[in-house]
Amino acid sequence: MLKNIEPIKIYSVTSKAPKYVFFIFILILSIGLIEALILSPEDYVQSDSVRIMYVHVPSAWLSLGVFSLIGILSFIILVFKNKNVSLITKSLAPSGFLFCIIALVTGSIWGKPTWGTWWAWDTRIISMLILGLFYLMYIIAWRIYENKDQVNNITSIIAIIGLINLPIIKFSVEWWNTLHQPASVNLLSGSSIHPSMLIPLGIMTAAFALFSILIFLMKYNTELIKIKNKGLNRL
Amino acid sequence: MINDIIYMSGYGMYVWSAFSFTLLSFAALYTIIKTQMVKEELKFKLKFKNLTSEKVNSSKDQKIYREILTNSSISNI
Repeated sequence: MLKNIEPIKIYSVTSKAPKYVFFIFILILSIGLIEALILSPEDYVQSDSVRIMYVHVPSAWLSLGVFSLIGILSFIILVFKNKNVSLITKSLAPSGFLFCIIALVTGSIWGKPTWGTWWAWDTRIISMLILGLFYLMYIIAWRIYENKDQVNNITSIIAIIGLINLPIIKFSVEWWNTLHQPASVNLLSGSSIHPSMLIPLGIMTAAFALFSILIFLMKYNTELIKIKNKGLNRL
Repeated sequence: MINDIIYMSGYGMYVWSAFSFTLLSFAALYTIIKTQMVKEELKFKLKFKNLTSEKVNSSKDQKIYREILTNSSISNI
């Protein structure tokens, strides 16, 4: 099955898709921003500062989701030595890293009015910071190693080790006493958040996911053209 | 109403800075990736132009080269 993942087949889709994804992203983001900033109600405790949730939470979810995907695909790279998959993981990393930074910065901005401080050495925040460092190591490894087999192995090992941190991020608020509130949205046991806030959160998450797909497609195309540029030299 | 949206019950500075940071980060990453892509496409096109006609024909036989030339954002083919 993995042999069917050929760059030419993927490129024929990825080269045409970005313009459509960009259009849908702008549309969904505009609706999400109107919902998040104007139409959604303020919180009875946190007042309007709760609106930061609409950028903070989707960013945190996507940075975790993207890293999970990179980690799982890294197993495939290590086991099956599939270089096309490594091109996919390399292209996923920039958006995941950006979402991690956004989650940390917007969390810090949200912390000031709610906790009275910009930063706290809290397990949830520290584990998110560690995730950011894993993303950074992963991206830097792609830049510094030139040998293809070596870079595939090293980046895969970084991603697989980084996977250990993901359950720590998820359950840190339950395992330790932290300033960070527990999860309000749970797919299995239902959510404690009102639909008037849940709907804008869902729309913003969809918009952020589309941005991640857009960056992935553009990065994948760039990497593929880079490879083909080297191929032209050898013709 | 506009004042309420800007002021946000006294939390405007926090809310607007969080949203601004997010949108500016999106714009920055999009610009960086787009610039890299256009640069690579230009490089590809320039290299392709400098190939001999024999090499051009042999590369055109390969579907991936045709796809890059026809689908790139700077393509005029």
